[in-house]
Amino acid sequence: MTTAPIFIGYYTMLRKDIRRILRIWSQTLLPPVVTTTLYYLIFGAFIGSQVQPIDGFSYMQFIVPGLVMMTVITSAYMNTVSTFYFAKWVHTLDELLVSPMPSWVVIAGFVSGGVARAVMVAVLVLIVSLFFTHMTIVSIGIVIAAILLTAILFALAGLLNGMFAKSFDAISIIPTFVLTPLTYLGGVFYSIDQLPEFFRIISLANPVLYMVNAFRYGFLGISDVPIGLAFGVMIGFIVVLLAIVLWLFHKGAGLKN
Amino acid sequence: MEDSVPALRIEDLKKLYAKDKKVAGTEALKGVSLTIQKGEFFGLLGPNGAGKTSLIGIASGLVVKTSGTVEVMGSPIDTDPVTAKTHIGLVPQELNFDIFETPLNIIVNQAGYYGIPRATALPRAEQILKDLGLWDKRDVASQKLSGGMKRRLLIARALIHEPRILLLDEPTAGVDVELRRGMWEYLRKINAAGTTIVLTTHYLEEAEQLCKRVAIINKGEIIEQGSVKELIGKLSFATLLLDTVEPVTPAQIALMRDLPVTVIDDNTLELTLKPNEIVNDSIRLMTKIGISIKNIRNSGSRLEEVFVNLIEKGS
Repeated sequence: MTTAPIFIGYYTMLRKDIRRILRIWSQTLLPPVVTTTLYYLIFGAFIGSQVQPIDGFSYMQFIVPGLVMMTVITSAYMNTVSTFYFAKWVHTLDELLVSPMPSWVVIAGFVSGGVARAVMVAVLVLIVSLFFTHMTIVSIGIVIAAILLTAILFALAGLLNGMFAKSFDAISIIPTFVLTPLTYLGGVFYSIDQLPEFFRIISLANPVLYMVNAFRYGFLGISDVPIGLAFGVMIGFIVVLLAIVLWLFHKGAGLKN
Repeated sequence: MEDSVPALRIEDLKKLYAKDKKVAGTEALKGVSLTIQKGEFFGLLGPNGAGKTSLIGIASGLVVKTSGTVEVMGSPIDTDPVTAKTHIGLVPQELNFDIFETPLNIIVNQAGYYGIPRATALPRAEQILKDLGLWDKRDVASQKLSGGMKRRLLIARALIHEPRILLLDEPTAGVDVELRRGMWEYLRKINAAGTTIVLTTHYLEEAEQLCKRVAIINKGEIIEQGSVKELIGKLSFATLLLDTVEPVTPAQIALMRDLPVTVIDDNTLELTLKPNEIVNDSIRLMTKIGISIKNIRNSGSRLEEVFVNLIEKGS
């Protein structure tokens, strides 16, 4: 396929997924907005008002970037894991596999759907945050790069989960037992500098910490980890996950008989 | 040069499904070779589990082969899968479209996956949906279509990118007789317009009606192939029912012991002729011993007899 047909194939996949996300907005967009609003209310407004400022910022201002990143991670992951597994389960994936689209375009289509949903949710959650606090932006470039890279990373992770999943249970195990703990312990609600040394060092092994801090740096200009390292970790994970997904597509593992 | 290239060339194709915890490894294709020329209407016949779907799956990119060569319009699926896939339209056995989508969206999206812009796909989709009697249902969620309509939607989706080869895996399974004949008519039309058609079917009448050439596959091997006419001529045991004027006597039955005759009742005899045996020889002997034949009837589908014969021989 030459460039134009490849782009048409990619655009068709993305258009279809965005239409689906908007059609079932009460399942795809509303839940994270409701949940995050509750976090803003309880942790930000009620409890946060009694918490000491962190690096000169109110607790509410501190947790907004982390909570936005939490919804980005969950939305990107859940979008690809569910669309891919559903497509595999009802065999609509065959429509893509018989087509002449190269594997990387199909992967890009699924991942972009996850990124689109993550960005939509992030924008909504950020708008809601403005009702609770005033947010500054130190670097819009870092904000956008952190959102996009995190969404790509977790959309790829969701795709990988969907490829290996053999039942609907298998697509909820990883989010529940891996993703949620990593996110909650990834510096969303606290600075790791507040932790005892042992837990601070353990936290450095959590990749989510780097994404939350990069994003927070874009807004507030503060981070627990060096920004260059944070972006390095994100790009490193993306390269590894992409290589695995491409290899599995090439082998047909998790896709074909 | 282009004209001498077959539509589909399959050489020593093998497929071994790997063992897992529950199912032992199965050799679905044991070195199948097959050449289908451009413009053919080719039938692939075989019982369940014979390897038909595996073969079609490999040619269309849904199943990974174990070994062998497959070329679609001269493009090998290993080294040039993009071109090979562009030439193929697949009508699968199972319904596999998004049941929440409308027929129009399903086929226009499929066109997009083949790199066809929406502006080109929309008028093309309109024509195909009209031809297949689905235009009125274009904006209805596809889960609300009847069984026959869903089958036709699979055909419409496979044709939207104007493939040169249409692979149909049991396209009329579960479709009523009238609708089936309508689908045959449509398939004949697109075959006449130049599309090569490869059809797998359980309905032998379907293969006899539509296909000029057939291959019979059993347990992963092609056990016979040729034109329907040739196959029937070569392998058929023609079974004829003879109605006699008078009831046949025990003495006459004894005299016919060397003939391939079975007595059905006093006035009916069944004559089974091997290939190249002539009806006249048997009738002549019957006349000689005083049996008068009032009527001769054919006892069933000819291709079906060939098929049953071959499959039984193989088992």
